[in-house]
Amino acid sequence: MTGNMIMDYSLLILFLPLAAFVIQIFIGKRLPRQGDWVSISAVITTLILAIAMFASMLIGHDPEFAQEASFTWLDMGAFHIELGFLVDNITITMLLVVALISTMTHIFSIKYLEGDIRYSRYFAYLGLFTFSMNGIVLANNLISMYMFWELVGVSSFLLIGHWFEKESAADAAKKAFLTNRVGDIGFFIGIMLIFSTLGTFVFSEIFDGIAAGKMGGTVLTFAGLGLFLGAMAKSSQFPLHIWLPDAMEGPTPVSALMHAATMVAAGVYLCVRLFPLFTPDALLVIAYVGGFTALFAATIAITQNDIKKVLAYSTVSQLGYMILSVGTGAYIAGFFHLVTHAMFKACLFYGSGSVIHAMHHALHKKHDHETDPQDMRNMGGFKNKMPVTYWAMLISTLAISGVPLFSGFLSKDAILAGTLSFASHHPTHFLLPVFGFGAAAITAFYMFRLIFMTFHGQPQIAEIADDIHESPKEMTFPLILLSSMSIFIFYTLPYFNPFSDHGWFTELIIASDAAVPGNPSAHYIAEGVHHAHYTAMALSLFVAALGIFLSWTFYYKKKLSADEWSEKLKPMYNLSLNKYFFDENYNRFLYQPFLKLSGLVAYIDWDLYDKYFINGFGRVTKVLSFFTGRLDYDGLDQTIVDGIGRSVRQAGGILKFLQTGRLQSYLLFALLGVVIIVLVQSF
Amino acid sequence: MDSLNTYLFIAAILFSLGLFGVITRRNGVAVLMGIELILNAANLNFLAFAKYGGMNIVGHIFALFVIIMAAAEAAVALAIIINIYNNFRTINIDDVRELQQ
Repeated sequence: MTGNMIMDYSLLILFLPLAAFVIQIFIGKRLPRQGDWVSISAVITTLILAIAMFASMLIGHDPEFAQEASFTWLDMGAFHIELGFLVDNITITMLLVVALISTMTHIFSIKYLEGDIRYSRYFAYLGLFTFSMNGIVLANNLISMYMFWELVGVSSFLLIGHWFEKESAADAAKKAFLTNRVGDIGFFIGIMLIFSTLGTFVFSEIFDGIAAGKMGGTVLTFAGLGLFLGAMAKSSQFPLHIWLPDAMEGPTPVSALMHAATMVAAGVYLCVRLFPLFTPDALLVIAYVGGFTALFAATIAITQNDIKKVLAYSTVSQLGYMILSVGTGAYIAGFFHLVTHAMFKACLFYGSGSVIHAMHHALHKKHDHETDPQDMRNMGGFKNKMPVTYWAMLISTLAISGVPLFSGFLSKDAILAGTLSFASHHPTHFLLPVFGFGAAAITAFYMFRLIFMTFHGQPQIAEIADDIHESPKEMTFPLILLSSMSIFIFYTLPYFNPFSDHGWFTELIIASDAAVPGNPSAHYIAEGVHHAHYTAMALSLFVAALGIFLSWTFYYKKKLSADEWSEKLKPMYNLSLNKYFFDENYNRFLYQPFLKLSGLVAYIDWDLYDKYFINGFGRVTKVLSFFTGRLDYDGLDQTIVDGIGRSVRQAGGILKFLQTGRLQSYLLFALLGVVIIVLVQSF
Repeated sequence: MDSLNTYLFIAAILFSLGLFGVITRRNGVAVLMGIELILNAANLNFLAFAKYGGMNIVGHIFALFVIIMAAAEAAVALAIIINIYNNFRTINIDDVRELQQ
């Protein structure tokens, strides 16, 4: 495939979903089937194009492949902005992931949202989202990335709030949007710091500038941290993770597409793209934020009972992994995890969607609108009722837990090896691998808890159990496809060793060196990861087995009672169940004081400033106006203006006597005139 | 006092008398008579210049033209006065003040 074709394909991939969005938003409702086929054929086309690009990448087998195209967007003297696209192997892989998950989401949504009042609009927003996400992936500069970043935020807002009649959905949409604003401010500060120093937005020029020593030290650290703040909000890293679990108010396919597989990965993608510009200090912050998030979110996921909340916190935790790997320098492992995670997490979400769909219909049949269809305590024993869903979710769970033969094992192992290697070089940061392995154990535990509670054991509500059925083909097809994508073989080809991370991915997607002078080279990091590979593998196998075993004893064999243990560990249990009281504390320490401050400011503004100062000013003006009015009317108008008129009238009154109408007097005046002229002439 | 000045002096008096008549008389016919006086003052001047001022025959011819014109003028003016009388039932020109408005 030539470079031009690559660019054409990329542009088509970018703009087809936008075209679908435009068609859907304007005439979608009037089309047959509310126009879902427009969106679906658009994304399927992008998927085919993405597969073609991916195939050409595999055939070309060039790790250094990169194609860039740009055009001038703004030119104002010294201020010059270029927008453009960068297509390299990372981009192509990411485009394929987005196209695949987006297509699956479209197909899954046909049945999941059947009969929804805003069916066509839903598909329109999906198109808008796919467009913006592809924009982020293709951007070769900070400005266009920032624009698409915001577009992603908007489409996320629109989709979380799809059922905005529900107050909780509207609130969740607002929360997601506002939390992302916090990050966007950081992102923007980062962009401006870089632009004011280097005068460019283009990634490669930024890296060149940094490598040439034009920017560095504290400024670069802060610029990097600013950009990372944007990534933190989008990828819901601690302490900005609060929006993601609430975002589960959106339709489940949306959660799969945006809040699990692609959009939240945008933050990680940003870090991967910008990795060369992070200074060691910034990377350390990134590593700790990521590591802490991974462990912290995992501990919350243990106690959640809402099936989607478990998956939401698991997503936060897995994103923490990816961020952690960026921090330790092994960022390609993080990108690898992004890809594998997109597949199995989307599959898990579709699985949960399928379960919720079945629950919803069963409850609906019984006219039961009280029971929560998402609460795992109301499920159980679905294994035989929904075999496809069960097996798909089981495979994805094995993948996310890091069991060999599945994709998650490879990517997680690479990340953990990265942390181990980092810790061996910097022994003071021994906490990072502890975070990583701890989170791995807990992940295995709570994911199997989800499987056991949902699919095994006895049905908790016997009367609906008979009405639980497998979901229609439109919903099981994405499950089958994506769960098979969690098999190791798709990532290790052309090799077949499930324990080695060698394959097309590691061969084609290689880390670029850090631009910051003094940062370890990509080769050095890769060496370290390679050395730590087997230790990490043994350890991660051990912790995954431990987690699964504990889960099995608690929730399958029930040899240990979960209730008793939660009683014993009451304080910790409560902390986890209530998500460490984050929302409450944010409410108490951020929102309430802020509201009070706003109240105070409003009081000063309205009751003091407006009432006394502004109104006083008004009163003074009124009095002044009265006097000037008098002066104007009585003085100027009455005396001068009217006076002139009056004097003209009086003069006219006098002069009118000259106009006698008597010809003789006119003649006399003419004579007088002649006399005067003669007199003047003669003297 | 030479002869030309005498003539001119008499003509000036005649003109002044005519003008006085035109301006002061209320009777339209009297005004007309004043105009005749003015014209004749002019005639007198023409003839005086013809004799002493070198105008020669031209002065005489001008005087003749003025007499003809005076006759025509008298005819037209009398017609106007008759019309005024028909419209206003008076020939007192003080009462004819249509121009005022």
